Amino acid sequence: MQGFDLATPTTVDEAVALLAREGSLAIAGGTDLLPNIKHELFEPRTVVALGGIEELRGIELESDGTLSIGATTTLAHVAAHDEVRCRATALAQAASLVAGPQLRTMGTLGGNVLLDTRCQWYNQSYFWRQSLGFCLKKDGSVCHVIESGSKCVAAASNDTAAPLLTLDAELEFASNTGRRRLPIAELYKSDGVANLRKEPGELLVRVRIPALETGRERLGAYGKLRERGSIDFPLLGVAVRLDVVDDRIVHAALGAIALQARPLALQKAAAALIDAPASGPGFDDAVLACAAAAARQLHPVANVPGDAQWRKEMAPVYVRETVRAARAGTGPVHGR
Amino acid sequence: MGARDQHGVDAPWVDPARSSTNGADGFAVVGRRNRKIDGLSKATGAAVYADDIALPGMLHAKFVRSTKAHARIVSIDTSAALALPGVHAVITGKDLPINYGVIPWTPDEHALALEKVRFIGDEVAAVAAIDEETANRAIKLVKVEYEDLPAFLDPEEALANPTPQIHATPKKPERGNVSKHVLLEFGDVDGAFEGAAAVVAGEYSFHGTTHAAIEPHCAVAQCSPDGNLTLWSSTQITHYVHRALAHVLELPPARIRVIQPCIGGAFGGKSDPFGFEFCAAKLAQITGRPVKMLLTREEVFYLHRGRHPMQLAYRTAADADGKLRGVDAKILIDGGAYSSFGLVTTYYSGQLLGGPVHLPTYRFDSTRVFTNKPPCGPKRGHGSVQPRFAFEIQLDELAHELDLDPIELRRRNFQGEHVETVNGQRITSNGFLACLDEVERASGWKERRGKLPHGRGLGVAGSMYISGTNYPIYPNDMPQAGIQLKVDRSGLVTAFTGGNDIGQGSSSVVRDLVAEELGMDPADVRVVASDTDLCPVDLGAYSSRVTFMVGNATIDAARALRRRIVDAIAAEWEIDARRIFMGGGTVFDLEDRDRLVTTREAFQIAEARLDTLGSTGSYNTPTLGGDYRGGTIGASPAYSFTAHAVEVSVDEETGRLTVENCWIAHDCGRALNPMLVAGQMEGSAYMGLAEALFEVHDVNRFGLHSGPSLLDYRMATTVDTPELHALIVESLDPEGPYGAKEAGEGPLHPALPALSNAVFDAVGVRLRHLPFTPGNVLRELRAARATSQRERASC
Repeated sequence: MQGFDLATPTTVDEAVALLAREGSLAIAGGTDLLPNIKHELFEPRTVVALGGIEELRGIELESDGTLSIGATTTLAHVAAHDEVRCRATALAQAASLVAGPQLRTMGTLGGNVLLDTRCQWYNQSYFWRQSLGFCLKKDGSVCHVIESGSKCVAAASNDTAAPLLTLDAELEFASNTGRRRLPIAELYKSDGVANLRKEPGELLVRVRIPALETGRERLGAYGKLRERGSIDFPLLGVAVRLDVVDDRIVHAALGAIALQARPLALQKAAAALIDAPASGPGFDDAVLACAAAAARQLHPVANVPGDAQWRKEMAPVYVRETVRAARAGTGPVHGR
Repeated sequence: MGARDQHGVDAPWVDPARSSTNGADGFAVVGRRNRKIDGLSKATGAAVYADDIALPGMLHAKFVRSTKAHARIVSIDTSAALALPGVHAVITGKDLPINYGVIPWTPDEHALALEKVRFIGDEVAAVAAIDEETANRAIKLVKVEYEDLPAFLDPEEALANPTPQIHATPKKPERGNVSKHVLLEFGDVDGAFEGAAAVVAGEYSFHGTTHAAIEPHCAVAQCSPDGNLTLWSSTQITHYVHRALAHVLELPPARIRVIQPCIGGAFGGKSDPFGFEFCAAKLAQITGRPVKMLLTREEVFYLHRGRHPMQLAYRTAADADGKLRGVDAKILIDGGAYSSFGLVTTYYSGQLLGGPVHLPTYRFDSTRVFTNKPPCGPKRGHGSVQPRFAFEIQLDELAHELDLDPIELRRRNFQGEHVETVNGQRITSNGFLACLDEVERASGWKERRGKLPHGRGLGVAGSMYISGTNYPIYPNDMPQAGIQLKVDRSGLVTAFTGGNDIGQGSSSVVRDLVAEELGMDPADVRVVASDTDLCPVDLGAYSSRVTFMVGNATIDAARALRRRIVDAIAAEWEIDARRIFMGGGTVFDLEDRDRLVTTREAFQIAEARLDTLGSTGSYNTPTLGGDYRGGTIGASPAYSFTAHAVEVSVDEETGRLTVENCWIAHDCGRALNPMLVAGQMEGSAYMGLAEALFEVHDVNRFGLHSGPSLLDYRMATTVDTPELHALIVESLDPEGPYGAKEAGEGPLHPALPALSNAVFDAVGVRLRHLPFTPGNVLRELRAARATSQRERASC
């Protein structure tokens, strides 16, 4: 790995000025950035450390009920925070399952939202990739997942993106030209090489989760498929949101990750739940219809290490179980 | 001569008045949960590992590795690397042209590839520079031109294609890519199968796994101005590294000193002499500066020497009452790119099946082939975990076919104590029946097996393992283990042992045995281990030999020392030596207990009367093994025995297996330190279950390692680890130190077949092919369902 300069700004303005320079990268927890630098996937000249910037930290409940989470809030903090657990249950559950305890203590929500896509042919050392002849995502021209494929299918592997998608989260970015807000659904695109609609110099400041319309009960859960009980990136991640009024599902949203380059909104699966009863046989039928619809939309490819066939078969199981967990107020779904 | 002395199984020195601190068993130190000698220094970070060593002017070295799975080296251009500021030296295969191998009969390795490379990651050149960053930059500047050769990634393909040979054998080209073939038959196997009431036959497979010790390999080399070489290395066998360095560097052995600092685990993966050791030494010679070579985690996966993948075809014949008649095995072993210990592996794949059940006839036909993959070697339970997996499932299948309880089947076939196996191995103590009793009791076997709800089951398996072997790697008549004791007038006794403490606690065992024999506080015994300048030779930490062999040598030396001290005190007090007792840190007259001195005073009296005080002790194995080629491989002075019961939950929808409990009953002869024994038992079972459920060491379709990191090589975490219940069984071996046998490798074996057998109990499906990842299990469950549906349909 190459050496780099470390900058330690204390304000957002200082940070975006530094990030505007070519060859700069931001570091928060560093749990993903540093391995990627060691693997020579990122070759920054300057690393801009965000830890000293007050504005990026902390969780606040704004007066209109919006939950506002600073980008450098650690995943451990997000997972344990009472307001997050109450108002964004699926997000708290997803944060609680990122990597392992040590990494959640360092890793941040912003880092996870902006996580680079992952692939077994990409997240390797320079030597390894050189022996391979490199790949589409970095330094090469061919895809080893989809032979003759011309589009990178490295997987969005950020657990928290799935619940944030279902919660209609809004992201606040700062740059040296000002600030802008972006719905999270517009952040990601289907390009594994770079799946973010974000300028290199832009800094994620806060993540906002809008308040729920009054009179609604918001339920949520997250399901994560992985082989071990800790550490691993998702082989599949499913977030569920159910808004319930009078025991009827008035709104539903499902988000899935680790399949393709961008987190997916599972609209047909969600549609199977909307207007369904929130309990009884009607609910049970809707859950199965939802899982079946999800299975039709989820097509894992051999991008991340793991058994792609198993991932495919587990998709309806995890969708079903996660919807049930959301309704039951349990979850996360994990280790099945 | 101390070698082959037997020291008895009982407490050696018991005060007849029982007034000393000895426990009910008569032992003062042994049998207690004594803290490990290096426990606190490891826990507090004070322990010095190889990478903690930093010497003035030290350079850092890195490897240029092959990017090709199989290729001829056309040229190597090191000029750009040498020109980089900060680079002190670049070496290639031509600088270290002498071949070597840990097994003297298969010296097919070079410190750096000479003419060809044999797997992706093979070492091609080494660069020494002022720091790691410069060395890493320099290795990218070394230009290697290759001419590709066809690569074999599949052992069957390598076997079927004699050319190109991965290792040329010009005199015997017909060897093709066979690394080693062993066919041994004991008794009339075909006759035994004729007329058998039951025959089970099946194919099984064991995937590759690796050690993944937490400390990556590291060596530091230093040449003194007068040309003496010192190498600190994370090795588990200092003696073989010493010999190999002398051979490859063409130095007299007396000019070389090898030291093993504190080591962060080994599990067999630090048993071979390695390229990084030779290269660090050579670069230190060339540059005149100390040189450190620390491997990255990725490089450790290329170094590998882990468990061999095996394809195993087994047939077992039995009478109607379950008595075994014979076993017939055919095994294909994927060796990877070099021999390493492969000759021994090939023998072990058959030779270590002779117990704990009696095999009247037995044949095995094992073939190890070279492939273009990281070389395999010894991993905890070397060579015998894979055949044990197949065989113990066969026993379960047999029990099912004969409608017998699997524990009962094993009891009926128990070989007994003090018997000889069909392949000529001498069995001494054998606590296997007690092991079966323990797991049967602790698991609630009788009440629960076969009666748990569908999806939950219990399985059992057994095994045996060696406590060292009398095959000393290179033939010689010298002791396998030696000890020197130095007595200091301060009251300190220092034990010098060549034995390698790799975390298993061998230095703690030496300390405790010295303290037991001399009636001292263990805190007054220091151990200097694994430094070839200071310590007598021991053959190292492999084959579970250290407690048995070094332990016997230690008792030998300590007892000789005790005799001298007792004699000196007896002379001083002018009484019969039989009246002198050493215990509780004192020496006293048994008939006049007020006549008492401290051990320190006793040492001073003895030193004044005799001379500078010390003693030596040693151990060598008796002549063992069958009288045929390979008959000594696997012949051990004592065997440990193990039984496991595993309780599993099977999720039939997801294929996930959850091990709820693993009961480990292990006959270790005598638990010199029950805490260390239990730790080895739990660690072994943990490792075996993790291999079964999670770990896969393999290459992808390009021959590239499929995940050379601890993220992608999935070892079980604490949350993936079941409840492990260590049940110690003590059979008191007549030749072990106070009756002790091994505990570090045997308790791994049954974990995998017991898990498979538990799955059968849970859902009625046989898992014969590792690994049991959820995807694989789901496919097996589905295939079994399809088969049973077809069978039902055809009825």
